Amino acid sequence: MSSAHHLSYPRFLWTALRLATDGRPRFYVWMTVLTAIALVGVNAWAHQVSQGMALTAMTDHVSWGLYIANFTFLVGLAAGAVMMVIPAYLYDDHEMHDVVIVGELLAIASIFMCLLFVSVDMGRPDRFWHMLPGIGRFNWPISMLSWDVIVLSGYLLLNLHVAGYLIYMRFLGRTPSKRWYLPFVFLSIVWAVSIHTVTAFLYSGLGGRPFWNSALLAPRFIASAFITGPAFVILLLQVMRRTLKLKIGRGPIDTLARVLRITVLVNLFMLASEMFTIFYGGGSHAASGTYLFFGLHGKSALVPWIWTGIGLNVLAAVLLHLPGSRTRLTLLNTACLFALVGVWIEKGMGLIVPGFIPSTLHEIVEYVPTLTEWKITAGVWAFGLMVLTLGIKLAIPVLKGELSPESVRPPASPPAAAAPAE
Amino acid sequence: MDPKRRTVLKVLGGTLGAAAFARALAPLAAWSKEQSVDEFLQKHYQELSPQELAKVLRRLEDDTERKYGKKVTIQDLRPQQGVEFGYALNLSVCIGCRRCAEACHIENNHDRSTNNSYIRVLEMEQGSFDMERGSATYDHPVPADGKYYMPVQCQQCDNAPCVKVCPVQATWKESDGIVVVDYNWCIGCRYCEAACPYHARRFNWKKPEVPAEEINPDQAYLSNRIRPQGVVEKCTFCLHRTRQGRLPACLEACPTGARVFGNLLDPDSEIRWVLENKRVFVLKEDLGTRPRFFYYFDS
Repeated sequence: MSSAHHLSYPRFLWTALRLATDGRPRFYVWMTVLTAIALVGVNAWAHQVSQGMALTAMTDHVSWGLYIANFTFLVGLAAGAVMMVIPAYLYDDHEMHDVVIVGELLAIASIFMCLLFVSVDMGRPDRFWHMLPGIGRFNWPISMLSWDVIVLSGYLLLNLHVAGYLIYMRFLGRTPSKRWYLPFVFLSIVWAVSIHTVTAFLYSGLGGRPFWNSALLAPRFIASAFITGPAFVILLLQVMRRTLKLKIGRGPIDTLARVLRITVLVNLFMLASEMFTIFYGGGSHAASGTYLFFGLHGKSALVPWIWTGIGLNVLAAVLLHLPGSRTRLTLLNTACLFALVGVWIEKGMGLIVPGFIPSTLHEIVEYVPTLTEWKITAGVWAFGLMVLTLGIKLAIPVLKGELSPESVRPPASPPAAAAPAE
Repeated sequence: MDPKRRTVLKVLGGTLGAAAFARALAPLAAWSKEQSVDEFLQKHYQELSPQELAKVLRRLEDDTERKYGKKVTIQDLRPQQGVEFGYALNLSVCIGCRRCAEACHIENNHDRSTNNSYIRVLEMEQGSFDMERGSATYDHPVPADGKYYMPVQCQQCDNAPCVKVCPVQATWKESDGIVVVDYNWCIGCRYCEAACPYHARRFNWKKPEVPAEEINPDQAYLSNRIRPQGVVEKCTFCLHRTRQGRLPACLEACPTGARVFGNLLDPDSEIRWVLENKRVFVLKEDLGTRPRFFYYFDS
């Protein structure tokens, strides 16, 4: 019964490869630029592996930096991207259905970046296999990092399945069968919450780091994920509408903006709660917070970062609540951009680094990323954007209704109305 | 564009990209020359058979001779039955001279260029136990007026946060209470470094440099053999000495007799006498880590 699939699936992959690499000149320019940046990152990483992580600014005092900061942000983006599935399915918003695949593709690209950021942070990437269940020694369920590996890989597979299935069905010219993707869509909503909760537990479970050791960390992560996901998708939909001539209505954008209006406020409220708890009591538990927001003993490398982050978050909140943000896209887009950068700072450099300053013996050693770290970071982002671009190119037919067998080549036999082999 | 021409251009672009990728990875060539297949495939320490372990030890000795120009002996020393180690430090007599830190540096074949050591000595203010008012980077004659000194090293916690968080079980607590690292299994994620409340762990940010004539040739797999680049290391109570009936190097170096080491299970040991007769405390007791390293003041 699935004999059709073993023939049509390879043909589908071949067509996908062709489609993903076809484009207008500006597509090639875009991909070439991204490739160049990614290669700069690859080269910097090769130097880092061969000469050691002494090429980074990390030390035994601040042992995680820019890589883990970006990792944390991107787990949020991956989770937030799929949360747009919630209005589409739970509230049966039909216009949202059409763009759900965009969120899933963003999630896929983000998880790829997450895995890369963890990999470039490893001192011994050649021993990656020690983590593989079966041949390695996986410290599950005790280590939170082992949980993170499981939930992130699971999330990647879930989204690859849903997005891949929808695109493949489009290729076959068939209506996707609900039982082959709807349960997975619902599972991915729950799973999205889990990836960011587990990532928060990585930090909040460490008793020796009072700055992270807060029960509010996981809720804060979820709140800010609900900012970055919708904000990124709002911008992405408009880019797609312009460059791909897609008919994307205002509906999805307005729905996402409504979500944003609430989450920016919730996030700021939680930040304020954290600040109150840190500063009202004071004492040595306030040391990291004092260092982050005001500087400590003359050291203040993070002060400009965090105030920029908070400033952008506040500005985004204000802009989103101006009546004009409902009609003027420039206003909305500016707010989205501010919110993205604001959360990137607050959750990245503003959360990971101060966890280490002062150190557990209360020494203050500062951290400013090196050029190597910036190159690798840019490289990973460039790679992620390439994945996202190619994914969207493949999904255009789903969004537009092309890529059916008729537009490619008639299938050898009419597809069986049975379960797909995917 | 003509589809054929487009395909040719695509293949050309792909080839160029692949070539550039290979070129970008070129720095790895030098690094990969230092790695061997045997090392890459080596199993976890606890899973090695006696024969496999013997082969690993010989390989590591050969590697050290080849890379550092020194003949060394790397032993596999297991915990002794009926022994649980404990360490106590008398804050009333410590003068902050850092001889312990220096002895650790030499004994454990630490990287010379970073002057690494498993011990950090805090200069604290009399009348205060606030580490924030202390300093680990003091640079003046000791003991200074109004100060006391508190050396901190791995507390060999019974409930060790570092062991819990390791995603690959590269670090564990042995039956004599010593927390060890399999340097050939560690993936270098540094989660343990984030989890440790005592700043006890160190990462090899680069390949350690030790001149051949300064290398301590008396080494053990789980302790002072020269560590590879990119892995975490820590104090092992000098298990290459203490599991053979000797005292830790930091204790032997102490000029004031501030350090007391011994078997907690031996009721006649000096460490037991200290625990029973002195006013003893542990660092950050509230975290529930249950250290085997104790501090005390003379009454």
